[in-house]
Amino acid sequence: MRVIPLAISAIATIAVVLLLNTKYVLPAALGKLLAPQSGIWQNAEPTLTQETKDLHFSQLKGKTEVYFDERMVPHIFADNETDAIFVQGYLHAKDRLWQMDLQVKAAAGRVSEVIGEKGLEHDREFRRLGMVYGAENSLKQMEADPQIKAICDAYTAGINAYISSLTEAQLPLEYKLIGYEPELWSNFKTALFLKYMSYDLAAHEADFEMTNAKSFFSKEDFNLLYPASQDSLDPIVPRGTKFEKPTLLPIAPSSADSLYFNSVNVASSAKPDPSNGSNNWAVSGARTTTGSPILCNDPHLGLNLPSLWYEIQISTPDYNAYGVSFPGAPCVIIGFNDSCAFGFTNGGRDVRDYYEIEFKDASRKQYRFNGEWKNTEFRYEEIKIEGKPAFIDTVAYTLFGPVMFDPSFGAKRGTNKKNYAVRWKAHDPSNELRIFYQLDRAKNYADYQQAVLNLHTPGQNVIFACKNGDIAIRTQGEWPAKWKGQGDFVMPGIDSSYMWQGMIADSETPYQYNPERGFVSSANQKPVDSTYPYYLGREYPVYRGLIINRMLDTMQMIDVAKMKKMQTDNFNVLAQIAMPVLLKNIDEELLNPTGKKYAEMLRGWDLRNDPQSTGATVFELVWLKMRSLIFDDEFANAPQPIQLPFESTLVDGLLKDSAWKFIDNIKTPEKETFKQIFTQAIINAVPDLEETSTKGKLKWAAYKDTRVTHLAKLNEFSSLHLPIGGGTNNINAAKETHGPSWRMIVSLTEKTEAWGIYPGGQSGNPGSKYYNDFVTDWALGKYYRLWVMTKDEKTNKRIQCKMNFSKS
Amino acid sequence: MKFFISIILIALTSFAVCLYLPWWSITIVALVVAIIIPQKPLVSFFAGFIAVFLLWLILSFIISNANDHILAQKVSMLILKSSNPALLILITGFIGGIVAGLGALTGSFIRRPNY
Repeated sequence: MRVIPLAISAIATIAVVLLLNTKYVLPAALGKLLAPQSGIWQNAEPTLTQETKDLHFSQLKGKTEVYFDERMVPHIFADNETDAIFVQGYLHAKDRLWQMDLQVKAAAGRVSEVIGEKGLEHDREFRRLGMVYGAENSLKQMEADPQIKAICDAYTAGINAYISSLTEAQLPLEYKLIGYEPELWSNFKTALFLKYMSYDLAAHEADFEMTNAKSFFSKEDFNLLYPASQDSLDPIVPRGTKFEKPTLLPIAPSSADSLYFNSVNVASSAKPDPSNGSNNWAVSGARTTTGSPILCNDPHLGLNLPSLWYEIQISTPDYNAYGVSFPGAPCVIIGFNDSCAFGFTNGGRDVRDYYEIEFKDASRKQYRFNGEWKNTEFRYEEIKIEGKPAFIDTVAYTLFGPVMFDPSFGAKRGTNKKNYAVRWKAHDPSNELRIFYQLDRAKNYADYQQAVLNLHTPGQNVIFACKNGDIAIRTQGEWPAKWKGQGDFVMPGIDSSYMWQGMIADSETPYQYNPERGFVSSANQKPVDSTYPYYLGREYPVYRGLIINRMLDTMQMIDVAKMKKMQTDNFNVLAQIAMPVLLKNIDEELLNPTGKKYAEMLRGWDLRNDPQSTGATVFELVWLKMRSLIFDDEFANAPQPIQLPFESTLVDGLLKDSAWKFIDNIKTPEKETFKQIFTQAIINAVPDLEETSTKGKLKWAAYKDTRVTHLAKLNEFSSLHLPIGGGTNNINAAKETHGPSWRMIVSLTEKTEAWGIYPGGQSGNPGSKYYNDFVTDWALGKYYRLWVMTKDEKTNKRIQCKMNFSKS
Repeated sequence: MKFFISIILIALTSFAVCLYLPWWSITIVALVVAIIIPQKPLVSFFAGFIAVFLLWLILSFIISNANDHILAQKVSMLILKSSNPALLILITGFIGGIVAGLGALTGSFIRRPNY
């Protein structure tokens, strides 16, 4: 035997196989990945599929047929409710498994299991925020409700039926690329997913930032910089509406003035995107061409691929609902049925507060409360880390909630060694799925009223329109009744005096039902004016609400075309309000020819953030420079983290007083005028504008560069450089990585006519032609006519493929 | 003749085996075929290489073509930093070819104890 060549050859073979089957040397296991029968090629879906699949599962009771139309939207026709939801789970998993798995891992603080130690900070923060604790509490409530438990069980069973059927070759692409495998689903994961939505939508607070601001600025300056009211507010419930006397009068503790406003230097906690918000409105039949109401909704969320949304029609003998669902939860979330339509915008009230805890000693076993030492409960969070031993985080739980920040975990709060417990409404037991369960079946306003009461957290402005002509909106949620200023800053946690004293009664929830003005609307603005008897906090965006109400006030003969135009409108109302003051304050003599050119572009701008607009880019850059000139001097030595005043405060300040206190640069002896400041802002913006211009990015869409990003941040799987206008204060709130995540218009005529689009595609597979096929149309402001399929349309040419589910 | 029979046998068996077993089974298939059909080491290597090179090249091309190369464009961008489906298909074939070729080479040394 030629031993030596044999040995060399055998070793070489084994080495090459190992090299290609692992990631130790190569960045990817190339052999495993590229093997055509099991690797990534298996994720290259044929673009032409026309097939019928028959599937049998023991959990099913009857027969379900699913028809996929030309956009791969499934139309589910089931004998009964649980079968329908089983199939919904199966389809969510079929199209979006990796995304569902990842979102739940993120919610549970388990990212380190996949990406290793770099996920640890996120995981600790989420565990310490009590995400898992909150999900456990919600799950108990959900499972105590027999109907909700039944649909959760069916949903979980459907997902797991799909996961169990998967072969290695059928694993979603991302599992192959990253190199791990999906886990089975559970009802707990559904609860975790919903908690993740609470994290996204009910974490509206700036307690640490505001505490720092309060400790740094004088009381007078603080009130000017962070006022509790906004001049341009047009609330959801119109000004002048009478409110009843409050049933609960929260009392501020006597020490509030002396203790509460003390100084601390602390870190900020994990925050969802501050621009999570939305628009919704419904117009009554009296204002439309058809005589029937029209409902519109566009929730603004992070723009990701695969999308947060999955379009679906669910039809059973009891109900027929169409709309978008969350891969991760059963039911249609935003949509309509044969009688009515429903949608949401975020309530945005502060339901997350922090309390400073005093432990007896470093063991954290006891903390001071109402003059005695109370025992702490510990929760041991085991965080598994890919390639490393697990990390055990010991989190102390108090009467307030988990101690999120302590000397062992401070995020970025520097040297502060204090302990802060978080009281978050999302920790309380609740059963949010029930609102969707009931809305999907709602037939009238009474059903809607019943349904919405189930929504506790995240509180939402729930909008409704019905074929009988009713329109309504309720600022629904379980909101703590707060005394003025409660929870704006970090509170003392040594006794019960600063705790929440109760919840605002449902009967006191601001709402609108068939108002005289013929429309209802919301855009995350403060829901009521200052006559409402409860304190609702400081920070609400005002401008989208203002322009929506202004447009609806004057619009007559409303039809779907007008609604489409309005929902994708790029008018910048902040600029409209601010511009007269700005343009009056340009000192042309100080500008060089380039500066003059840009000043001229600003003057000529039509106040629209259209994709081709150059004026919009000039305004944006000059505005940022101006804001910095106004505030940088005052904020230079402020403790971090801190938050700049809201844009509306700046606009209101400039409008009211051209010598607004903060215009002056306190670092110079002279007193600057606004003319000097604004002219300087233009001068300061010129280099940036010139650079932007050289790069060919002066047009607004190019400058803003909106994109829809893959969840693992892979550019190759993202949709980049989208030609879309709009922005923060536009109805079309399309920002860089954030914007209208689903646009929907429902005309409640006898046969419902509905339009919708989301920036994604039904398939979560980057190798599918249905992966991001809606994105371009979305950017262009186009809509798809939503097809509410009926049983007698089973042979319609639009149907691409079919799945039959039945009992095995 | 033995050369062509080897190629066809390796290709067909590799296809069948990979329906059930991990991708690297191709190296064992090539090794066994090289033992059953003895050839000179270099000839064995090329039989293994050509068999799986062609198999993987054709398979991945058929799949990618039916997909309008949507996936190949993205993955080639990701792995090769250029959108080049043809190159990705070629690399796929090459990887399969090398692994099978080395298996066949090893097999040929086992089979030929005395020269």
